[in-house]
Amino acid sequence: MRTKILGERIKRKEDPRLIRGGAHYVDDLKLDGMLYMTFVRSVYAHAKIKSINDAAARSVHGVVDVLRGRDLEGKLGNVPCAAGLEGLKIPDHPCLAPDEVRYVGEPIVAIVARDRYIAEDAADKVEIEYGPLPVVVNPEKALEKDSPLVHSKFADNVAFVAKLEGGDWKLVENDKSLKLIKQRFINQRLAPASMETRGVIASYSSGEDALTVWSSTQIPHLLKTQLAVMTGVDEARCRVITPEVGGAFGSKLNVYAEEGVASFASKKLGKPVKWIEGRRENMQATIHGRDQINDLEVYVKSDGVVAGLRCRIIADLGAYHQLLTPAIPTLTALMILGCYNIPNVWVETIGVFTNKMATDAYRGAGRPEATYIIERAMDLVANELNLDPAEVRQRNFPSPKDFPLTLATGVDYDTANYQKTLKKVLKASGYSRLRKEQERLRKKGKYLGIGLSTYVEICAMGPSSRMPAGGWEFGMVRVEPTAKVTVYTGTSPHGQGEETSFAQIVAEELGIPFDNVTVYHGDTSVVQHGIGTFGSRTTAVGGAAIFGAVQKLKKKMARFAAFKLKVKPGELIFDGGKLQTADGSKSIPFGEVVEAAYYARQLPPGVEPGLTEQMVFEPPNYTFPFGAHVAVVEVDGETGEVQLRNYYCVDDCGRILNPLLVDGQVHGGLAQGIGQALWEDHVYDENGQLITGTLMDYTLPKAHHFPWFETSNTETRTPVNPLGVKGVGEAGTIGSTPAIVNAVVDALKPFGVRHLDMPLKPEKIWRAMKQAAAQA
Amino acid sequence: MKIRVKINGAWREDDVAPRLLLVHYLREVAGLTGTHIGCETSICGACTVLVGGQAVKSCTMFAVQADGAEITTIEGLAKDGQLHPLQQGFWEEHGLQCGFCTPGMILSAHQLLARNPHPTREEIRKGLEGNLCRCTGYQHIVKAVEYAAKASGK
Repeated sequence: MRTKILGERIKRKEDPRLIRGGAHYVDDLKLDGMLYMTFVRSVYAHAKIKSINDAAARSVHGVVDVLRGRDLEGKLGNVPCAAGLEGLKIPDHPCLAPDEVRYVGEPIVAIVARDRYIAEDAADKVEIEYGPLPVVVNPEKALEKDSPLVHSKFADNVAFVAKLEGGDWKLVENDKSLKLIKQRFINQRLAPASMETRGVIASYSSGEDALTVWSSTQIPHLLKTQLAVMTGVDEARCRVITPEVGGAFGSKLNVYAEEGVASFASKKLGKPVKWIEGRRENMQATIHGRDQINDLEVYVKSDGVVAGLRCRIIADLGAYHQLLTPAIPTLTALMILGCYNIPNVWVETIGVFTNKMATDAYRGAGRPEATYIIERAMDLVANELNLDPAEVRQRNFPSPKDFPLTLATGVDYDTANYQKTLKKVLKASGYSRLRKEQERLRKKGKYLGIGLSTYVEICAMGPSSRMPAGGWEFGMVRVEPTAKVTVYTGTSPHGQGEETSFAQIVAEELGIPFDNVTVYHGDTSVVQHGIGTFGSRTTAVGGAAIFGAVQKLKKKMARFAAFKLKVKPGELIFDGGKLQTADGSKSIPFGEVVEAAYYARQLPPGVEPGLTEQMVFEPPNYTFPFGAHVAVVEVDGETGEVQLRNYYCVDDCGRILNPLLVDGQVHGGLAQGIGQALWEDHVYDENGQLITGTLMDYTLPKAHHFPWFETSNTETRTPVNPLGVKGVGEAGTIGSTPAIVNAVVDALKPFGVRHLDMPLKPEKIWRAMKQAAAQA
Repeated sequence: MKIRVKINGAWREDDVAPRLLLVHYLREVAGLTGTHIGCETSICGACTVLVGGQAVKSCTMFAVQADGAEITTIEGLAKDGQLHPLQQGFWEEHGLQCGFCTPGMILSAHQLLARNPHPTREEIRKGLEGNLCRCTGYQHIVKAVEYAAKASGK
């Protein structure tokens, strides 16, 4: 019987340092002679910079340097964008705005001083004279002919138009038997708001012409390459170290101006330079999520089967492109059919510049928007045809036998059983009982709402042919001479727990104790290559690379062992700290094989000494995790307040390596998805001023906002990687938002409410109820 | 200004600027970086420490205001290498992911359990309303506090 580690509820390796306060985030690091940087940022959404007077700032005792945009010209490259779309307009995006600002919070001046208090004092003394320019905040207005231009060098504010068509749209339009349902959805702007803001320390050594950067990032290796390009330091002499990262949710899947300026400043001054983002800066100048307008048309047969779906997506990109800004809304188009085999599809995505911070990847990144559209659509169909929402979904699901399945969008779904997750969640929630309760309560003037969402997501990003900068991942496993095992991954986990799950993979495969395995990540000089952590890829792509490396290592160890035992290498099994033949008649301790490999006194023919193996895993496809969620809400008929009473979800993320970690990922995802549905809203006024610039104004959900989440799983393994895992980091966020909105709209059915846009705050609901009463 | 404070059982004296925030004093002068800064507006609770046994947001208190006080930070919670039941609970129940909010969350929970050794789940959620976590969805944090309440056995 093999020792079972994989699939077990094992507590995390990461935690001891974190719960003792001994872990180190960027701001916890101190280097000799370190200087502190702060930024002066635009207070206008759009303006010419007429003049900058920094004399008073320079005279503050302890100020070392003041940098402006023009100081960087020709010396520091622009903020990069990796998204490649046909006809994409890419505006210049200098790290410090030299002559014009285009959103509130855009950095203009950097102050470098002896400590952070002095830097802040000096920042207050910088005088900037602005010449205000017309502002455009609403992306629809930005599309109008006479709209102010965000970038005057372009003829309009359209960054790109992308079309996706599948099936035969003419057929749909000409079929007069189909019912047309239309709806506009607003998917509001959100703040990722990780608890740790961004932070960077750059340390340049002129002697070696070497740049070391500590950054709170999800992509140390990509950042290293980009910083080499931006600063001109030879990439071989650039090193990025990612210490502990206090959450990111996509917002640190980026290369930011501040990382460039800190590197530039350190190179110029010959001293380490630290910048730690304040929360206000984080709300203003770290990427935002979502912000789309979706005009949907659904053509449906009388039995609820959807024949065609058409959607126009207006995506508010903000003023500049960050790393993946334009790519995010294209994922919405790609996943717009959800888990329904709708034969005809037509989607137009228009990326629009506005005078706001850039949008980019935030947990789900384009897929929550898609799921919201299609899952609200299913409820609109149910409402229109007076069918149960669960029944409408059943009628549109493909059969499990249809997989692998190519949808009209051209996406190849790996494997699924949507019926199974739906059935399971209906049972777990007592769905039919809930419907009866709802009926009873309605008669008493109480408003219970039941919301369903059956989602599918695109994860494990991804095949390199379809990714902007490679979709592979690197893994390396080394057995040390003491028989302890070191694992290196090119991914960059920041809370997800892969130091634990990757150690589980390796310990199980090598048949050694879990405690003997240590996982390293996030230092480009320690881990040779890497892409990073995002798109629910870390375990499905990075874990697969580790798994591949460990297979190579086992082959090599088996050759050493077989040579000693005089058996065939293929006969050997790794278990219980030994390598043994299947019948157990011959065995050798793990440690002795390690000694044989390192002392190398008698090498098997053609085998090199040492025990280090690596693999770069190239995924042949994405994975498509899916699930079914049920939300139960009570809406107060007097105040419009929503009480989330129960939440049930069944998620299928393929094989589960550690149920504790999967639960954690699902819970956190739910909190963010529910947060969008009910509370979160990142708001600019018509002048482009950010109204929700602090955590006093932006609602981050608290503990008492949530009920007990009833989570469970089904396990449909994917053939896309050898572990059978699909990814689970974004599932909760993607599945929950429409479930909540469907529940609230369902509760408001007696008022004739057909749709309300998020967030569903009491005032909005109260108004809808009042309006209904007035019309009645 | 000279201040004298007892941090995690040891007295120390420092000369600090009157405007130095307590959190910066702890992190940068005393070198205790387990206390974090998340928002600067007293909303997130990442900077929570115990001052005289009371949970305090150290980003909204000056170091000079702590003169003469006893302060406990996350670094002072484990005794003789033994984790505090709350630390153990957060580990056992997966009450943390990125870990950034955790020290503040644990110290707020410390005060909560001091006041109410056997809180209901609802009381735990309400008791932690001054601390934000963006990773966990709070459920495992609630379980972690329940674990500690049980383990303390009061």
